[in-house]
Amino acid sequence: MGSLSLKNIHKSFGDVEVLKGIDLEVEDGEFVIFVGPSGCGKSTLLRIIAGLENESSGIIEIDGEVMNAQPPTKRGISMVFQTYALYPHLTVRDNMSLGLKQTKRPAEEIKSQVALASSMLALDEYLDRRPAELSGGQRQRVAIGRAIVRKPELFLFDEPLSNLDAALRVNTRLEIARLHRQLSATMIYVTHDQVEAMTLADRIVVLHDGMVEQIGTPMELYNSPANKFVAGFIGSPQMNFIPAQVLSDDKATTIGIRPEHIILTQEDGDVSGTVSHIERLGGDTNVYLDCGEAGLISTRLFGEHDYEVDSKLSAKFDPDRVYRFDQNGDTITA
Amino acid sequence: MTTSQPTSQSISNPMLSSNTARAIAAHAILITYTIIALFPVVVIVINSFKSRNAIFRSPLSPPNSETFSLIGYETVIKQGDFLLYFQNSLTVTIISLTMVLFFGAMAAFALAEYRFKLNLLTGLYLALGIMIPIRLGTVAILQMMVASGLVNTLTALILVYTAQGLPLAIFILSEFMQGISDDLKNAGRIDGLSEYRIFLRLVLPLVRPAMATVAVFTMIPIWNDLWFPLILAPAEEVKTVTLGAQVFIGQFVTNWNAVLASLSLAIVPVLILYLIFSKQLIKGITSGAVK
Repeated sequence: MGSLSLKNIHKSFGDVEVLKGIDLEVEDGEFVIFVGPSGCGKSTLLRIIAGLENESSGIIEIDGEVMNAQPPTKRGISMVFQTYALYPHLTVRDNMSLGLKQTKRPAEEIKSQVALASSMLALDEYLDRRPAELSGGQRQRVAIGRAIVRKPELFLFDEPLSNLDAALRVNTRLEIARLHRQLSATMIYVTHDQVEAMTLADRIVVLHDGMVEQIGTPMELYNSPANKFVAGFIGSPQMNFIPAQVLSDDKATTIGIRPEHIILTQEDGDVSGTVSHIERLGGDTNVYLDCGEAGLISTRLFGEHDYEVDSKLSAKFDPDRVYRFDQNGDTITA
Repeated sequence: MTTSQPTSQSISNPMLSSNTARAIAAHAILITYTIIALFPVVVIVINSFKSRNAIFRSPLSPPNSETFSLIGYETVIKQGDFLLYFQNSLTVTIISLTMVLFFGAMAAFALAEYRFKLNLLTGLYLALGIMIPIRLGTVAILQMMVASGLVNTLTALILVYTAQGLPLAIFILSEFMQGISDDLKNAGRIDGLSEYRIFLRLVLPLVRPAMATVAVFTMIPIWNDLWFPLILAPAEEVKTVTLGAQVFIGQFVTNWNAVLASLSLAIVPVLILYLIFSKQLIKGITSGAVK
């Protein structure tokens, strides 16, 4: 129970085509994250899965059943929204139980479901408060609780953490990971934050311009990106891209190297330049090297390092970690 | 610390005084406006408790033991069927108001929530009534009421007032409903609420302040109207309060005590309704935002 299958999903708003044929298979119990820059169609895709938006063409199957014509409530899904979308005039308890009351479940069951969800999310003492009396993190937990109570086949999260501050975001992220383990439910999660995607997902779907760029586990995307877009999107700081002719490589158009796979040295390296800026983060040090034709190269060194701005340095690339891309941006494998 | 304190005080002092000056100016303007607005009402009310001679001798002085008289109220209660007039006015106002709010909110929800082909045109058509006074159509309305046999019924008044109130109600409410987050309505859809339930249980409670505003704006002109009762329902058994008060204004003799007393009485119900709505208004504002 809880598998999802999308076949050739298209969506247009007027003349604008936002989804250009999405195919995806999600297995029961998987945590799949849609990631991509804003405007790539990831939220639209989630809304189509939820039934809040109609697809222009394509087939949606949840648990092996075609769901195209079903209203959201019959699809066996729950959704957590970015804006929480709690009913402001209802208490936390009523917010969580409204869906069950609507399907006329027995009062006993509603009570036990709400109790279960609220103890899971540590909401017991807030059950009689209204959303306005809660903090942002608490409201998001209520929204998650409302989703749990319905016992859905499929959880949908629409950028649930982007309205929270940094500390709370990490906490809620851990909480969601714990819930996924506890409930072993299928979860689909949309975010533009690649850190969230890397830390939570079993598999990541990278979307760009309404198309799937690559689907894979976080480490597959990190270690073998299918193309330049995925290589640039996954990993922070971003992968360095250098025109291939600068490095006199005539087989590729662009060379990619991640900041953490570069060694800085006083001796000869692959490229050399002057230090333009240093960011000291304690655990890491980011050094930006202005390398003329090769552009600005960012390097990420482990630990604390001291370099003078404007001093001359060379960058040595880890040869096993260099990526080559052809003129279409696809990765050259060999 | 000790050296910085005097400086900070010398900085904050002029700011404080300019704030006070601003507050005084704002209050002066508001108080002046309140006095101007309340003056006629107060004059009506105090004079309704005075004898006829006292009204003309010193119209601005409050009633004292010599000039105090309830003759106006006695006349009103004895003469004419004022209880019936009140009942008529209340019936017409409350039913029209309910219909304006209910149908207005429904139309506004449809305009705000659903994207259909003639959405914009329909919205403009419905808002047109704000710009065109309904009284321009009086002759046609009268003909229509005669043809449908509704002359001298409260139904005629209710229909006209509903039509009169709808445009503004739709206009204001649809603006407010567009402001309600889509996520909230979508959350309702996922929870299995029907579109009617989303309208009644999610959207209506959230636009309550706007509903209260619309209610006040709609109610007062209906209650105070003299035009349509005079034309469409002048018969004794369907007279409204404002029309009923005209009984005491004659071509040659006007019973001022009775006129003032009936006007004073006419203020009471509308004041009560206003208090109810304004309480809703404040409740709505303080009940907390969506986020």
